[in-house]
Amino acid sequence: MAAADPIWVHGELAPDGSLAKISTEVATLARQLGEAGGRDVVGVVIAAEPDAAAHDLARFVPRVLAVTEPATADHAAGAIVGQRLAALMEREQPAYLLVGAGPEGRDLAGVVSALAGWGVLVNAVGVTWDDGPIVTMSVFGGKLTTTSRLTADHGIVTVRPNVISAEPAAAPGSVEPTTVDGDLALPQVRIVDRVEAAGVAAPIEEARIIVAGGRGVGGPDGFKIVDELAAALGGAVGATRAAVDSGWIPYAQQIGQTGKIVKPALYLALGISGAIQHKVGMQTASTIVAVNRDPDAPIAEFADVIVIGDLFEIAPALLTALRDRAG
Amino acid sequence: MRIVVLVKPVPDTASGGERLRPDNWRLDRAAVPAVVNANDEYALEAALKLTEAHGGDVTLVSMADPGAPDTMRKALAMGAASGTLVTDDQLAGSDALSTTRVLAATLQGMEYDLVLAGADTSDGGAGIVPAGVATLLGLPYLSYAAKIAPDPAAGTVRVNRITPTGYEVLEAPMPALVVATQALGEPRYPSLKGIMAARSKTLETKSLVDVATGGSPAAGAPLGGAAATSAVLGSEAPPPRAATRVIREPADEAARQVVEFLAERRII
Repeated sequence: MAAADPIWVHGELAPDGSLAKISTEVATLARQLGEAGGRDVVGVVIAAEPDAAAHDLARFVPRVLAVTEPATADHAAGAIVGQRLAALMEREQPAYLLVGAGPEGRDLAGVVSALAGWGVLVNAVGVTWDDGPIVTMSVFGGKLTTTSRLTADHGIVTVRPNVISAEPAAAPGSVEPTTVDGDLALPQVRIVDRVEAAGVAAPIEEARIIVAGGRGVGGPDGFKIVDELAAALGGAVGATRAAVDSGWIPYAQQIGQTGKIVKPALYLALGISGAIQHKVGMQTASTIVAVNRDPDAPIAEFADVIVIGDLFEIAPALLTALRDRAG
Repeated sequence: MRIVVLVKPVPDTASGGERLRPDNWRLDRAAVPAVVNANDEYALEAALKLTEAHGGDVTLVSMADPGAPDTMRKALAMGAASGTLVTDDQLAGSDALSTTRVLAATLQGMEYDLVLAGADTSDGGAGIVPAGVATLLGLPYLSYAAKIAPDPAAGTVRVNRITPTGYEVLEAPMPALVVATQALGEPRYPSLKGIMAARSKTLETKSLVDVATGGSPAAGAPLGGAAATSAVLGSEAPPPRAATRVIREPADEAARQVVEFLAERRII
């Protein structure tokens, strides 16, 4: 009976093998949609060692399918997990698949969409239920909000980080190991090496607080105060393209049109003018606080608070005030 | 090396004029000047550098509206040798799945060592088309590249794929599809010579019938606006932000006020 077909949520792995933060949020959303629509909710984890993440995911949804797929240990995951997931969907017939809208979720959604011929609603910033998911998206860098639905009774939704707070279910669910038969027809891409950058702990898209530096920070040394403020606030460090192009900070930390799109609770912008290419990456932050020397900088038009002055005086004062408050 | 770069004309973000047509909720392309999608320019720059180092040439492939040739000429002026534009009234309003099928079908008849695509577009922002194209064509898929190092003699390519904690070095046989990021390097400006040369370069236009032939990934599949898998129900401007509070006090007092504000909002 089509009306009862379940909602599936993909459990993405964090680098340490636990469940990625984005998946705790997407799973919470899936559970809420299941309650609203009277649908069962099923989590799926497909990995070389799926157990840890599968048990994490079972804190959020009543039933989790865990597939052990050794190939992902030393091969790029997107195509492999996508093929296994598409085969599992063919067998179990879910109605909807929810995934995170980060790099891993996008790779996966692209593969599954192409294999299953399913449509995808992307970058959801809100999802409600009306005989199927009703998806709100922020388009043109936050200039417009659109509401869409799938035209079929099935499809994929990719969900942005930080659109919902993760909340475990009242009672933990069960983990069912299962297998998916069949060849992996798509070519496998070998991982020949893994290189860790120093001091990067989590994807910047998932951070609740971001302290970002722009051209006004002046150089790599200037980022020390950005780092310290981020640490004091328990947040992540971001940057503008100008700072990245100058080699002051890695590209992975860049926010904006050709970098990451973020939606933190607090965006603290230091020496950032707020040019449109940066604005589109951060303007949906709940609270924006800017420190800038120029009262006419574009960021003065969309920040909640702007402190006018020299960031090398204000940022250390802010650090002191935060540390005083923390005791 | 023969490299195909997927490019998309998008509304110029800097114009600030992007809007949807109220009659069908599609992008109002007449309202905004088009530019080459920024992430596609990084892909094109990387492709040009690779052909400069290893020989060969770069071909552009795009599915876009009939006004796209002007934008494509700008990409040709950067140094691509030729281009193929798939344009068809029936394709207006295509979703990502339809775009994926059409691009895969267009690539199927071509010969290449690498296909390069930008990580996402500044208009749709889905970031799922490259993975889908690789899937339909059975190509190795190497995403989020910060470095692309082909070994033409061995017939393989290595890519540094950006991860949250650093990068992975991926290796696959060619032909392969690689997703380009800004980390590959600043795109060049077209030279005057390049702009002049672009005028006489071949820009082939194909219709849906030309690409959706028997055996192609688009043959028999639902395509274009009529087959869209999603429907826009409405669109509105987000609620305006409250007026900006401006603090001009000396550093210590300014810092005290900011911390107080953050505490009021329960951020700290």
